[in-house]
Amino acid sequence: MNDCKFLDQPPRFLFFTGKGGVGKTSIACATAIQLADAGHQVLLVSTDPASNVGQVLGVTIGNQITAIPAVPRLAALEIDPQAAAQAYRDRIVGPVRGVLPDAVVKGIEEQLSGACTTEIAAFDEFTALLTDSALTADYQHIIFDTAPTGHTIRLLQLPGAWTGFLDEGKGDASCLGPLAGLEKQRSQYKAAVDALADPQRSRLILVARAQQATLWEVARTHEELDAIGLSQQYLVINGILPEDQVAQDLLANAIYQREQRALAEMPEVLKALPIDRIELKPFNLVGLDTLRHLFTTAVPTIAHDAAITQAIQVPSLSKLVDAIAAEGHGLVMLMGKGGVGKTTLAAAVAVDLAQRGLPVHLTTSDPAANLTETLNGVLDNLTVSRIDPYVETEHYRQQVLKTKGAQLDAQGRALLEEDLRSPCTEEIAVFQAFSRVIREAGKNFVVMDTAPTGHTLLLLDATGAYHREVSRQMDSGVHYLTPMMQLQDPKQTKVLLVTLAETTPVLEAANLQVDLRRAGIEPWAWVINNSVAATTVHSPLLRQRAANELGEINAVANQYAKRYAVVPLLQEEPVGVARLLELAGDN
Amino acid sequence: MTTIQIFDPALCCSTGVCGVDVDQELVGFSADVDWAKQNGADIQRFNLAQQPMAFAENSVVKSFLERSGAEALPLILVDGDVALAGRYPTRPELARWASITLVEDKPQSSCCSGTSCC
Repeated sequence: MNDCKFLDQPPRFLFFTGKGGVGKTSIACATAIQLADAGHQVLLVSTDPASNVGQVLGVTIGNQITAIPAVPRLAALEIDPQAAAQAYRDRIVGPVRGVLPDAVVKGIEEQLSGACTTEIAAFDEFTALLTDSALTADYQHIIFDTAPTGHTIRLLQLPGAWTGFLDEGKGDASCLGPLAGLEKQRSQYKAAVDALADPQRSRLILVARAQQATLWEVARTHEELDAIGLSQQYLVINGILPEDQVAQDLLANAIYQREQRALAEMPEVLKALPIDRIELKPFNLVGLDTLRHLFTTAVPTIAHDAAITQAIQVPSLSKLVDAIAAEGHGLVMLMGKGGVGKTTLAAAVAVDLAQRGLPVHLTTSDPAANLTETLNGVLDNLTVSRIDPYVETEHYRQQVLKTKGAQLDAQGRALLEEDLRSPCTEEIAVFQAFSRVIREAGKNFVVMDTAPTGHTLLLLDATGAYHREVSRQMDSGVHYLTPMMQLQDPKQTKVLLVTLAETTPVLEAANLQVDLRRAGIEPWAWVINNSVAATTVHSPLLRQRAANELGEINAVANQYAKRYAVVPLLQEEPVGVARLLELAGDN
Repeated sequence: MTTIQIFDPALCCSTGVCGVDVDQELVGFSADVDWAKQNGADIQRFNLAQQPMAFAENSVVKSFLERSGAEALPLILVDGDVALAGRYPTRPELARWASITLVEDKPQSSCCSGTSCC
């Protein structure tokens, strides 16, 4: 039937996990179709915010289980995590709207607008599918295009998270706080977690691309979920450039070499897993026929011809740097999801500013450190510093555990430790470390490869910590700006949203933009990284990819961004001053 | 028996772990509440982000919020009357309201030695 290991004797529940844009939804879709074609009753559950499952399957699907007429035995369901979180917020806030002052209600809503709330609300929707036999009895396989994070599952497993909170309905809140407003009982959540951790019932399929950073991230997910019982794991590496594309195309050759090296140097823990490799396909993954071909190794041959696709004319990063340089000083923050190349672009902006003779401090959370360390001391007016997110977060955790943790019992301490493993904690710890450097931006340029989310900023602002600072200064009659005001002023702070010219990454960046706007921060520009369309290509597969990028570049240029730049995919890794300048578009 | 009600600002967690900095005052106060409860005090805490109805249903708290806003929290009621606003009580204050005799423990319950005041 197929050659894929992860489809061999599949258990009832299949979860696909991986970062945005690796192709989870396409693979989940293709899996569902394949199992249905093989005679099984299948339910496909999508939580992808960019879900095109309905489009692919030719029906409108919503939050109701919908039969797919074109594929016998297949039904689908779309869960919108944002909508689930909104419904939860409405349940908590609705009764007091108009009763308590508007400002108070708004503050409560912000508290409930974080990633934790969305995550828990989505898990709540899963719970029924994992445990309610009446709802799902008809299906032999239920396929999810996402998986809960280790953080959520661990929280649900902790007895300390439940005592005194859900049972009594009040008490010590934690990251689990949102569950207080959810209706299900602890036993149901426990049953859902048990189902997840049962290898007889659940299989986790890690989806990655043949890129070093992505593979390391997947290795972390693997270890985290393995530690809490999801031991049946498979790895799928999607979109590998086939060797036959290499001929006569230097860029294709470079990509091929880079991918093969990443695969060879894959973390050992991943090498031990059953691995499937899916080659990049010469077609868009829409329509039933193309999805049916996704797992077949026999790629329809495409004729090599002499055609080339010329690079499109788009604004370069250096054009953006012109405008940044004109201010003479200021803070530049590059923001985006993991793996889009924030550190590289931060380095490119810093080098471009520095070679114009401007004083620049580049500060990064670059985990590999090789990119930025090569820059130290190369240009006179460029200083480079590095913040290790792991060290900063660990330091913050230890500080909290030493103070608060000292007076807690074992259960309370376990809960606090888990709260401290939340994504918010890392964001705060890292941003605090960076904020020591931010003050320099009054005189020099400070370029950072990270930025806090709007949600975090609003919370920091709301806790009054910044506020108190201001009023103290005001009392003494000194004019003072809060960090929040500094971040909101485009003369002082420029946020560059970094993305890739692909559907999901663009959508994720758009969500970050909405979040920042809520905090009164308008992203100054968008940067589309690793664009194939911005280069001249010969390989048929790369030409196809270039063509696919155009729609996304258009959307960024015309719909999302105030101003934008496109950075081409380079043959060589952009390390060192010369190549970083090439990246920015300087000659 | 005296009832002490603490109306907390909207905190994502009562330790303030998610905040800009772990609020030492909050950390110490959580410990003081535990201590007072173990000594038999009747203390309830309400988090604005999670139990807003408790704020809306109490007329004293509701009018406090209307007059002073959420940034003036915490508000502490003892038997329904305002006992303190804008800061958390110290351990001796809690003890006085709950009629706990403050002698046991280590000398650490006094000011400036680990809990919340100063």
